[in-house]
Amino acid sequence: MLNGLFKKTKYITVAPNKINTEEIEVQKPNIPNGMWVKCHSCGQILYWKDLEENHLTCQYCKVHFRVNSRDRIASIVDEDSFIELDEKLSSKNPLAFPGYDEKVKGLQEETGLIEAVVCGIAKIDDIDIVIAVMDSRFIMASMGSAVGEKITRAVEMATEKRVPIIIFTASSGARMQEGMYSLMQMAKTSAALGRHNQEGLLYIAVLTDPTTGGVTASFAMLGDIILAEPGTLIGFAGKRVIEQTIKQKLPDGFQRAEFLLKHGFIDAIIERKDLKATLGEILKLHRGVN
Amino acid sequence: MALLEFEKGIDQLSRKIEDLKSFSMEQDVDLSQEITKMEAKLEKLKVEIYTNLTPWDKISIARLLIRPTSLDYIKNVFEDFIEFHGDRCFGDDASIVGGIARLNDLPVTVIGIQKGKSTKENIERNFGQPNPEGYRKALRLMKQAEKFKRPVICFIDTPGAFCGQEAEERGIGEAIATNLMAMSTLKTPIISIFIGEGGSGGALALAVADQVWMLEHSVYSILSPEGFASILWKDATRAKEAAEVMKITSADLKGFGIIDKILEEPLGGAHKNPELMIKTVKDALVENIYSLLNYRIEDLLNNRYKKFRQMGEFIE
Repeated sequence: MLNGLFKKTKYITVAPNKINTEEIEVQKPNIPNGMWVKCHSCGQILYWKDLEENHLTCQYCKVHFRVNSRDRIASIVDEDSFIELDEKLSSKNPLAFPGYDEKVKGLQEETGLIEAVVCGIAKIDDIDIVIAVMDSRFIMASMGSAVGEKITRAVEMATEKRVPIIIFTASSGARMQEGMYSLMQMAKTSAALGRHNQEGLLYIAVLTDPTTGGVTASFAMLGDIILAEPGTLIGFAGKRVIEQTIKQKLPDGFQRAEFLLKHGFIDAIIERKDLKATLGEILKLHRGVN
Repeated sequence: MALLEFEKGIDQLSRKIEDLKSFSMEQDVDLSQEITKMEAKLEKLKVEIYTNLTPWDKISIARLLIRPTSLDYIKNVFEDFIEFHGDRCFGDDASIVGGIARLNDLPVTVIGIQKGKSTKENIERNFGQPNPEGYRKALRLMKQAEKFKRPVICFIDTPGAFCGQEAEERGIGEAIATNLMAMSTLKTPIISIFIGEGGSGGALALAVADQVWMLEHSVYSILSPEGFASILWKDATRAKEAAEVMKITSADLKGFGIIDKILEEPLGGAHKNPELMIKTVKDALVENIYSLLNYRIEDLLNNRYKKFRQMGEFIE
């Protein structure tokens, strides 16, 4: 008789804007079409306009939603200062991997991106920089030959122009479909940064969700200054792989930016709303050095 | 002796020959003609099988417990090896060994990723999966080599860097990244030799070298074929198929220009004749190291940079 008496009546269900950080699968752009969106972290319903005004961070739990490369660049560099480099550079299929060409082509059409990183020269607070921004919508911004080449060229350009380089990382790691060519991009990008470093130039890495695998084990961890957005997943091995290896559950917050800060691997966690100002301050403090 | 899947035909035939031999001894019958014939057939079969190994067969050889390990090369290719321990920071990782030694009369720094030869030793060596302190020890020894103008020789044999909680806590990504950058600008010649498995960033972290060589049946891959199949196809049992598409053999990688040289193995693999393999490695080192030492450091570093710089396939 009492069955169902205290049951809550369901009124509306709003589909969560699911952001699964564990999967390497292709994800749809996480910009919702509707007016409302449910926070994937705290579950609060957010008004899209508010979310936009808050730099795509939840006003309740402060979780940072993923940002695409174009919006990121617009939010960081001085207006009209960005000039894109190597915008046509794209992947080949060196192993003739089945389905890879189609996958790339489909994503190019869907996202308007040619590859998983956008690079260019720009200014922040009127200081010349080279900037590279990875975009997780494109095969989880995995690094194949094209991404490696674009980042290497961006770093080389910064070395040649004697300006700082800023890289916004976001990646699942090396791009499996290009096999060993992908792995070698870790060496290539790191070597380019080695030269930039030897010239006494500044490299700021900004780690955004998710930064993992071969990107963590190369340029993401090589910044003179390494910043991260709150809550960013940062790690080398995937959480699932580690759990299978050690046969134990990993602690809460494992491989999050706060965890890395505590273990001494990043310089600071900066909220998105403060990023441009922080980068500007750091650049100003290095002016005259470069 | 470990018997691999593709060696069954060889095993059967050699057993038959043994049987014939004992039969002819016991019964005092002259079967020498037959036996000679079969022995010739066996040799032909061996060549046929061992020169047509699939990528998966090569992985099986590369993973053999009886395959010579880094310490086998370090102790036999060089003289007067003195092992140095620790990263001066956290601890000593037994999965990477290193120290100084002589190559003939030349002082060199040697570093190797070390697998165990038994389960017990493998537990001590963490199955050749280094932790961050292992890579930091390697880097410390490389910096030491740079200071004292010694060439560096690395032996690589690892399924990959360790995938554990502590490895992440101590910054395995940072350790590998730092090695990649530091090796690209290290002011002394570096030769890296893949002797077994070369798994992912954990192998690359000792392979940003002027010369990168692979033993004929060793493999070098972006990930283990099991991991690759599980990520891309969600099915780890398709590892054999993955091994085919991944292009991980010495011949494939030489073709891509990713490695510089293949060192031929004794028929059937290094474990069939370790002395011969050690001699091949030593001869190749002696033949190449002096020319690397003759370069001006600036040219050496430019060549090293250019070598890795041109790796990649893309369209503009």
